[in-house]
Amino acid sequence: MKTYLPPKFIAERDDSRCIRCEVCVNQCTFDVHSYDTEDDEIRSREENCVGCHRCVVFCPTQALTVRRSPLDYRENYNWRPEIIEDIIKQSETGGMLLTGMGTDKCYPIYWDHLVLNASQVTNPSIDPLREPMELTTYLGRKLDRVELGSAGLKTELAPQVKLELPVMFSALSYGAVSLNVQESLARAATEMGTLWNTGEGGLHPKLYRYGDNTTVQVASGRFGVHAQYLDIARVVEIKIGQGAKPGIGGHLPGEKVSVEVARIRMIPRGTDALSPAPQHDIYSIEDLAQLVYALKEATDYAKPVGVKIAAVHNSAAIASGMVRAGADIIVLDGLRGATGATPKIIRDNVGIPIELALASVDDRLRQEGIRNQASIVIAGGIRNSGDVAKAIALGADAVYIGTAALVALGCTICQQCHTGKCAWGICTSDLRLTKRVNPDIGARRLSNLLRGWSLELKDILGGMGINALESLRGNRLHLRGVGLTDTELEILGVRMAGR
Amino acid sequence: MFKERPSEISVSSLTGESDMTKVDARALSHRELNARLRELVSSGVQRIELHNVYGQRYIGTDLDKPVKIDIFGTPGNDLGAFMDGPGITVHGNAQDGCGNTMDNGEIVIHGHAGDILGLSARGGKIFVKEDVGYRAGIHMKEYQDKKPTVIIGGTAQDFFGEYMAGGILVLLGLNLKEGEGHTANFIGTGMHGGVIYMRGEVQEFQLGKEVGVAELNENDYLTLEKLIGEFTCHFDCAAQEILKCRFTKLFPLHLRPYGRLYAY
Repeated sequence: MKTYLPPKFIAERDDSRCIRCEVCVNQCTFDVHSYDTEDDEIRSREENCVGCHRCVVFCPTQALTVRRSPLDYRENYNWRPEIIEDIIKQSETGGMLLTGMGTDKCYPIYWDHLVLNASQVTNPSIDPLREPMELTTYLGRKLDRVELGSAGLKTELAPQVKLELPVMFSALSYGAVSLNVQESLARAATEMGTLWNTGEGGLHPKLYRYGDNTTVQVASGRFGVHAQYLDIARVVEIKIGQGAKPGIGGHLPGEKVSVEVARIRMIPRGTDALSPAPQHDIYSIEDLAQLVYALKEATDYAKPVGVKIAAVHNSAAIASGMVRAGADIIVLDGLRGATGATPKIIRDNVGIPIELALASVDDRLRQEGIRNQASIVIAGGIRNSGDVAKAIALGADAVYIGTAALVALGCTICQQCHTGKCAWGICTSDLRLTKRVNPDIGARRLSNLLRGWSLELKDILGGMGINALESLRGNRLHLRGVGLTDTELEILGVRMAGR
Repeated sequence: MFKERPSEISVSSLTGESDMTKVDARALSHRELNARLRELVSSGVQRIELHNVYGQRYIGTDLDKPVKIDIFGTPGNDLGAFMDGPGITVHGNAQDGCGNTMDNGEIVIHGHAGDILGLSARGGKIFVKEDVGYRAGIHMKEYQDKKPTVIIGGTAQDFFGEYMAGGILVLLGLNLKEGEGHTANFIGTGMHGGVIYMRGEVQEFQLGKEVGVAELNENDYLTLEKLIGEFTCHFDCAAQEILKCRFTKLFPLHLRPYGRLYAY
């Protein structure tokens, strides 16, 4: 069938600069560039271009420019080019539209409507270069009360995890991303004193040594979950849902279940690895409690057990149930959360913005007097340290970053993760491509990112006259809203700027 | 929910024979009982008898040694969850989630078992003398030499073998009367791996749309003979009588059920 899809990008080559080195030909995984030996010319099949800019970055003579093709359909606010193209794709395949990363739709980003405070005259700011600043965060259940005896603390504390900064790497499963990506994450997390997360694809033995900085996931497919996996981990996280696909399961298509992926997920090679929508043993808060405690028993009560949900309409009530079910950490993944593959219609239409979910969950747990019983971690669209500071002020204990970490490794958010052809070698299991991420360099890039954010967070705190992140946590007086309605301000629990 | 009981309750363990330890579980919470089990197993005890078990959950979870545990009473949900090695015999009924995500070991139940028996199990064997609840064998999967195996003497409720991705499920229906069939519907819904053997006839409307029906071949009979041999050893009945009856083999029609679902 002839496709009616127009090319989305134009790849322009400055012939006076092109030296026919074929780097673009070799770097492109979508078969855009090819070398014609007879004419000594490099040609481009622009209809294949996804705009990932791999060729542009690697062209040694800057001969290439990739830009959006001006899709000059007749202007129509309702029938925009993307909507037309989606219909074309479906009429040619008869399938659900699949995509990668988080939603690119223009839902309000509340971080951009919140501003932070700073000290002026009446309270001194602190210079973080000269004075110690504390970003240390402890995740885990905090007891209602502790007792001191003559020999120190009499009460036995619930297991805690110490983070040097309140930023962790989101769940990125082996199979979705490559081992090199996971190793980069694990090494950076270890170096910077934070955690990375296995996702539900199991844990490669090569990464066992980073166990103290590893969160392992237990999800509906239970892939690669075994005694050693639970033993090695620092935190065990039950995954109920994720922001990019709330309420639906997922599956790793058989094509991506390579020998190695099969070994780590503990399934036969080439079979679809199904993660069903619900966990078969969880139909209620009581059932969730059962799995939480099964995992606590399996790890001898030595590790915090977290539960991750997608932020949805009644998140606050669910979060209350999660805490009462024994979760030590609750993770909320918002509307803008990303993934390696999700039906587009779900990604772009289901769930609520993380800022609103966080504010309402934090409020609800405070009202019920159980906020101390679990740490709150949020995920889904944290882009910089400003977002982190605002999240902490809204009530989060820590944040997860996924997309930001992948961007540090080269990702340009071209949203082709689901194809398994990632030219940057990130979201693929093709061994020819995975070596494009070098764990030495990857770990350094990620550590650098976290270091930069740490410095900025300290600067933000210092400016407020605070010397410990703990003093900002849940302190919404340090936030003001701009361009928000009364209802939005009420849900966020912040005053309008100027008030 | 799950309030821990006061710790002053003492563990009354009556040590009997030298290689066998008896534990009275009457007043113990699941946490106390499992802590006691861990302690005994790490001290090298090979055989444990648990008496007066009243619904304590997670018994045998986190045990990775081939210890033998005999349970008298009714163990609670998630018996042997994540278990890797022990052999558990229940002299009574088991509840829901027995063998949840089990890796290795054996559970023998001299009675009925509840829902989601063997959920997501990757290895080990479960024998149930009587009936089981809904969704038995759900999402079991196999891996290399690991092949979870569940053999049920009685009958099962709906969604038997749902989402099954590997392993062997056997349903014997020994307690069905003459002319009576299994009543489960939606058998093998979403099945994409493994095999189900059912003793007696099963009607097409009872099956999930992903399931095919086949005659047993020689290998199937060899597998069944071996498994039923083990079953009859556990429950003291005659293997030959069981094997005389006709069996039906159910298998997944597609290993890649989600091949043509998406547009890229």
